Amino acid sequence: MENQTSRWAYFTKGLIIENPVLILMIGLCPTLATSSTATDAVGMSAAVAFVLIGSNIVVSLLRKLIPSNVRIPIFIVIISTFVTIIDYVMQAYQPGLYSVLGIFVPLIVVNCIILGRAEGFAYKHGVLDSFLDGAGKSVGFFIAITTMGILRELLGKGTVFNIPVAWQGFRSMPILFFTLSPGAFLIIGILKAIINKTVGGKE
Amino acid sequence: MSPNFIVSSSPHFHSGNNIKRIMYLVVIALLPALGGAIIFFGMKVLWLSLIGIFTAVIVELLSIKIGFGKTWKESLSRSFDGSAIITGLLIVYNIPPNAPFWIPIIGSAFAIIVVKQLFGGLGNNFLNPALAARAFLMASWPSLMTDFSPLAGNMRGAISGITNPNGLIDAVSSATPLNVLKSATRYLSDPSMHNKAVETINKLYSPEVFKSLFIGNIGGVIGETSALLLLLGAIMLLITGIIKLRIPMSYILTVFLLILLKEIFSGGELIIGLKAGLFHILAGGLILGAFFMATDYATCPITPVGQIIFGIGAGILTFLIRMWGGFPEGVSYSILLMNIFTPLINRFTKPRILGEKK
Repeated sequence: MENQTSRWAYFTKGLIIENPVLILMIGLCPTLATSSTATDAVGMSAAVAFVLIGSNIVVSLLRKLIPSNVRIPIFIVIISTFVTIIDYVMQAYQPGLYSVLGIFVPLIVVNCIILGRAEGFAYKHGVLDSFLDGAGKSVGFFIAITTMGILRELLGKGTVFNIPVAWQGFRSMPILFFTLSPGAFLIIGILKAIINKTVGGKE
Repeated sequence: MSPNFIVSSSPHFHSGNNIKRIMYLVVIALLPALGGAIIFFGMKVLWLSLIGIFTAVIVELLSIKIGFGKTWKESLSRSFDGSAIITGLLIVYNIPPNAPFWIPIIGSAFAIIVVKQLFGGLGNNFLNPALAARAFLMASWPSLMTDFSPLAGNMRGAISGITNPNGLIDAVSSATPLNVLKSATRYLSDPSMHNKAVETINKLYSPEVFKSLFIGNIGGVIGETSALLLLLGAIMLLITGIIKLRIPMSYILTVFLLILLKEIFSGGELIIGLKAGLFHILAGGLILGAFFMATDYATCPITPVGQIIFGIGAGILTFLIRMWGGFPEGVSYSILLMNIFTPLINRFTKPRILGEKK
C-alpha cells in the first residue's frame, strides 16, 4: 500500500511533469481544433474531465472483471457511455457551446488521453488512485488547452472569454491567423518549446 | 565562409562568391522593380520598403544576439549579410501599395523570427520566409492584403478601363488583371452576362493590355507588376550565375503549356491559347516568384533534376489554383507547398555514388 504523499503525486504529475498535451503529446487533435477561443477551450476541457474521471473510476472498479484479451473494446464501451451522457447534457443545457464544439464532443471517445489513461493507469491501479490520476490529467489538459485558447483568442480576436481586452483598433483588425488552424500549430509549437526549455528538457 | 573550412590539399580556386556578395547581388537585381513600383504607385512604396528592410534587419540582429547569444560584432555582421534585407524587400514586394505601414513591420518580424530564426537561421529555414510571411498576412488581414484600389493620381490605368466594362466587374473590389480575368471567367456560364464576359476577356488579351502588363502599369502587389524590370534583374542574376534557369524555366513553361492545353481542349483556337498562356505569365506574380522566390537556396532542391521537378510541381499547382482555386493568384502558395516537398525531392533525386549497385 502506498502512502499519502505518493498518492497525491498521481494528481500533481498530470499538471506539468506528465501534462498530457504539452509533455506526453497526446490528445493534440481536440487541443488544436477546439482552442480557438478561451470559452470553447474551457467547455472542451470540462467535457474531457467528466469523461476521463468517470471512465477512469469505472475501468478501475471493473479491472478485475475485464478479461485482458478484450479490454480495449470494453474500455471504448465504458468511455462512449460517458461521452454519450456529456453529449446529451451539453446539447440540452449548453446548445451554443455544443454547436461550436460540434463533432469534437463525440470524438472524445477516441481521445488518446482517455483511452491511454484507461489502458496505462486505471486498469492497473485502485479506484482512488485512478480518480486522482484522471483528475490530474484533466487539470493538465485544462491548463494546456485553456492557455492556448486564451492566447489564440487574445491574438486572433482581441478578447479573452469574450471580454474585450485589447484596444478598439486591434479588435477591429485582429491577427485572424491565430484563430485559424495554422495559428494553433504555431502556438502549440511555441508552448512546447517553452516547456522543453524550462521543465521538460531534462529527461 | 570561414577560412578553416578549407580542408583538402589540392590547388583550389575560390570563386569569390560568398553569402554577402550573393545576397547583395540579389538585392541589386530586385532594385529595378522597386524603382518601377515607385514610379507606378508613388513614394509610399519606398517608405514601405525601407520600413520592411529596417524591421527585418533589426529583428534579425536581435534574434541572433538574444536567441543565439552571439557577440554584438558577429550579430551585426550576420544581420547585414543581406539575407534579411532580401526578406524584408520581398515581403514589401508581396503586399499591395495601399497597405498600412504596420503590415511590413509585422510581416518582416514574423518572417525573421518564426520562419527563419526559430528553425536555426540562414540556410535552415524550410519555407521561404517572405512567402510564409505573405501567407500569414493573407490569412490575418485578407481585406488589406487584397486592396488594390488605385492610389490617387498614381495609376495611369490601362487596366482601370477594363475593370468596369459596362458595370460587369463592379462588384470586384480589386483590380489586378488576374482578378478581372477570374471574375469574367466566372460570369461566362451565366447566359445573361456571357457576352459581356467574353468582351472583357477579349479586352484583356488585347495588345495594349499586354503592353501594360509587360511594362508594369497595372494593379497588383508592389513588386509583381513590371515584367520588364523584373526580367532585367533576373538576367543580371543569370549572368552572374547566382541563379540557374532550371527552376524559373520549368516553372514558367509548365504554367504556359498547361494554360495552352486547357484552352485548346476546351475548344479554343490556338492563338487564343497562346495569348492566354502569355497573359498568365505576365500577369500576377509568376515572374517575381519564379526568378526570385522559387530559387531561394535554402528551400529549393539541390539536384538539377530535383530543381526541374520543383519547377514543374510549382507550375502545376499555380495552374490549378489560378484555374479552379478560390484565389485569383496562386504563385505564393504553390511555391510554399513545393518548399515543403523539397526534402523529399532531394532524397529521391540523390545521384548514385560511383560504383554503387542499384
